[in-house]
Amino acid sequence: MEKKMEDRAMATSAQYLTFLLGEELFAVDIFKIREVLEFTSVTKVPRTPPFMRGVINLRGSVVPVVDMRAKFEMSKTETTVNTCIIILEIAIDDGITIMGALADSVQEVLELNLEHIEPPPKIGTNIHSDFLIGIGKNDGKFIMILDVDKIFSADELSNIQDTTA
Amino acid sequence: MAINIDTSAFTEEAYELLGELEESLLALEESPTDDEIIGRVFRAMHTIKGSGAMFGFDEVSKFTHEVETVFDLARNKTIPVTKVLIDLTLAARDHIRSMLDSADSGEVVDQIKALEIIEGLRKLASNQDDSEYDEVANQEDETAQQLSEEASEPQLFRIRFKPHLEIFSNGTNPLLLLGELKELGEARIIANYDDLPELENLDPEQCHTSWEIFLTTSEGENAIRDVFIFVDDDCHISIRNLEDQNDIDSEPQKLGDILVKSGDISTNVLEKAIKPLGHRLVDSGDVTPSIINAALEEQNAVREKREQKKKSEPTSSIRVTAEKLDNLVDLVGELVTVQARLNQISSSRENSDLQLITEEIERLTGELRDNTMSIRMLAIGSTFNKFKRLVRDLSKDLGKQVEMSTEGAETELDKNVIDQLNDSLVHIIRNSIDHGIESPEERLAKGKPAEGTIHLAAIHSGASVLIRVDDDGAGLDPDLLRQKAIAKGFIASDSELSDKEAYQLILGAGFSMAKSVTNVSGRGVGMDVVRRSIENLRGSIDISSTLGKGTSFTLKLPLTLAIIEGLLIKVGEEVYVIPLANVEECVELSAASINSSHSNDVINVRDEIVPYIRLRDRFDVEGERPAIEQIIISNVNENRVGFVVDDVIGQHQTVIKSLGKNFDHSSEFSGATILGDGSVALILDLREMVRYVEYAEIRGTL
Repeated sequence: MEKKMEDRAMATSAQYLTFLLGEELFAVDIFKIREVLEFTSVTKVPRTPPFMRGVINLRGSVVPVVDMRAKFEMSKTETTVNTCIIILEIAIDDGITIMGALADSVQEVLELNLEHIEPPPKIGTNIHSDFLIGIGKNDGKFIMILDVDKIFSADELSNIQDTTA
Repeated sequence: MAINIDTSAFTEEAYELLGELEESLLALEESPTDDEIIGRVFRAMHTIKGSGAMFGFDEVSKFTHEVETVFDLARNKTIPVTKVLIDLTLAARDHIRSMLDSADSGEVVDQIKALEIIEGLRKLASNQDDSEYDEVANQEDETAQQLSEEASEPQLFRIRFKPHLEIFSNGTNPLLLLGELKELGEARIIANYDDLPELENLDPEQCHTSWEIFLTTSEGENAIRDVFIFVDDDCHISIRNLEDQNDIDSEPQKLGDILVKSGDISTNVLEKAIKPLGHRLVDSGDVTPSIINAALEEQNAVREKREQKKKSEPTSSIRVTAEKLDNLVDLVGELVTVQARLNQISSSRENSDLQLITEEIERLTGELRDNTMSIRMLAIGSTFNKFKRLVRDLSKDLGKQVEMSTEGAETELDKNVIDQLNDSLVHIIRNSIDHGIESPEERLAKGKPAEGTIHLAAIHSGASVLIRVDDDGAGLDPDLLRQKAIAKGFIASDSELSDKEAYQLILGAGFSMAKSVTNVSGRGVGMDVVRRSIENLRGSIDISSTLGKGTSFTLKLPLTLAIIEGLLIKVGEEVYVIPLANVEECVELSAASINSSHSNDVINVRDEIVPYIRLRDRFDVEGERPAIEQIIISNVNENRVGFVVDDVIGQHQTVIKSLGKNFDHSSEFSGATILGDGSVALILDLREMVRYVEYAEIRGTL
């Protein structure tokens, strides 16, 4: 694993999985992604924020699923045939946690030249700049590259206390 | 080392031997002349020395050799076993341990300490005639000798008791004698009434019955003779020690041999009737059925004894890493879920073949599950033993005299529970010694014995295990606790706490009762950590105390963490699981009973007012309530609380899955499980839910 990271630090390009949330194109580093599932029934966990869609059964493990559109304050995801659950490996507190993220549709795996990725602007994006690694460009289209470790960090997801008390 | 040998096998074994060594040494301290324990100590050290040298741990081997030499003297009774010797050997044990640790970590061990220990041991060896030690040993010698005599190995005797015909006439009741024998140990008694005459010839004042008794006793042959001391002259009594002639470890003797040996038949007869022996002998009239029965009984008794012996010997076992076991449990968990799905599918299809197979698989899965769970069950005794050392060292450090006794060491608990329990128990015991038990002077002034006691007990109670730590120390002062809590702002100055609630205060964060901070306790971190880790195990802590008499901590823990019996319920569209252990009963909640309570959330259950929580409201479920709802009455913190659900579906074997870190804060759910149809159901933590609701009601924001 460490070796891989070293290789990548020296690499000039990286691979990203792109997907749509509404009309906008997003991307996540391919090394963060374990698999992509079709949408299955999600069990709601009561008294959690609206962006927590609930939990699913992933081959015997219980995996939480986050509605990314709700998290980014877009309208809640309406499920269609294209709706997917992207299973991500999130680094939380020195450990790897498996989480699911709802996406309207998965697009492609894209090789982006690191030179073409720019740091996120402080203003002007719909997404909080803390959640972005950068903005990539491909065929003249902007791609928001998400920092999933931040989005799914325990702090971000656990402001549940506020809704219960 | 030139060749890289895998030394982990040695270190693992050595750690285990060191544990054994410690245990034996502590036992030896109590009975210093017990040869068997001395032997055990010696063997443990010898093995460490031998395999240490083999695996290249020359230092360990050399050092152990020194200790072993001195202990050899003790074994040969050249020097007595004294407290000094035990102290030094314990220190040596610790040193061997640190040498092993350092082999792993590469740290440098304290050579000076090693020299000190060896020095001390050598001194002991040369001071063979030191009167000071002699005195101690002599004193202990006597009591120990008694002990060892009493505790000698039980042996199996065959006693033939044929009373004199006229035994009744001198007022002896043979049954009383048999009763006395029974008191000596485990006895099987067979009456032999072959000599009984026809009824018309029977003189009821004569005794025609004789007895064969198989007695397992540790009292020895003389004790048996003593029983018959007054009838010895005119009755026929023979006592045979079956273990002398007949090594109990080998197969029990053949029936024929037994009969021949006891003189009931000759070898000729035996050879004549060599096949189905018992029957033939009876058929041919050579022996009576009672004799055969007696002989058979002897065979059984020997066999049983042998099995018992086998049981007490360490059963053969293999070492498996905990990780492999966890994987197995996970797989079994998945199997249970898949099996539930199979059940569901099979019941919806009318295919008898499929149903047959499903039932078979259900049975197998159940057995597999129980077996797997039982593999993870460990006796808590090994943990208890560790505390013996802790108590010994700690009481010495603090200048107190504390004795620890244990009870229920054979109680079994899931390995994971035991692992996580260890630290909590250490904390509680430390607290008990540090704060609870007073100094010897103080105790004497209070009229207590100078030596305090800590009693550790484990008992099964339904699906839980209770672990109790009792001390006979100063006890907790509820008033002082209240004052302290008010001073620290934990509770309002006008709040009224029952004594029991006041005791619970010590479990709060930042609450310390120690007057000064010692290196043992008093920093106010600890008991809240204990509480949290016990709660993480889905357990609870109960404290009771009598001022001046002592304190008792009772930990209630679930037997296993992996699988529970659950009750499936439905609220709105979702299905939830309530741990069945929490459920007392289910009653209907009709519109009429809602009206009669005047819109208070309470229900009358057999003349008892029970408050309830409506899960629909709690979970913000939209839609119409069903006309008749169900209330699950449960027992939460000794209070009955109802939970209103739409429907009760039924029982469910619940494999608990963690919800993960992201749901740490929604502790109303203790986990999730996977249902037969593959969907996920959440497991409710009723205790937490009640806590949340109480909190919300106080703030008026439900």
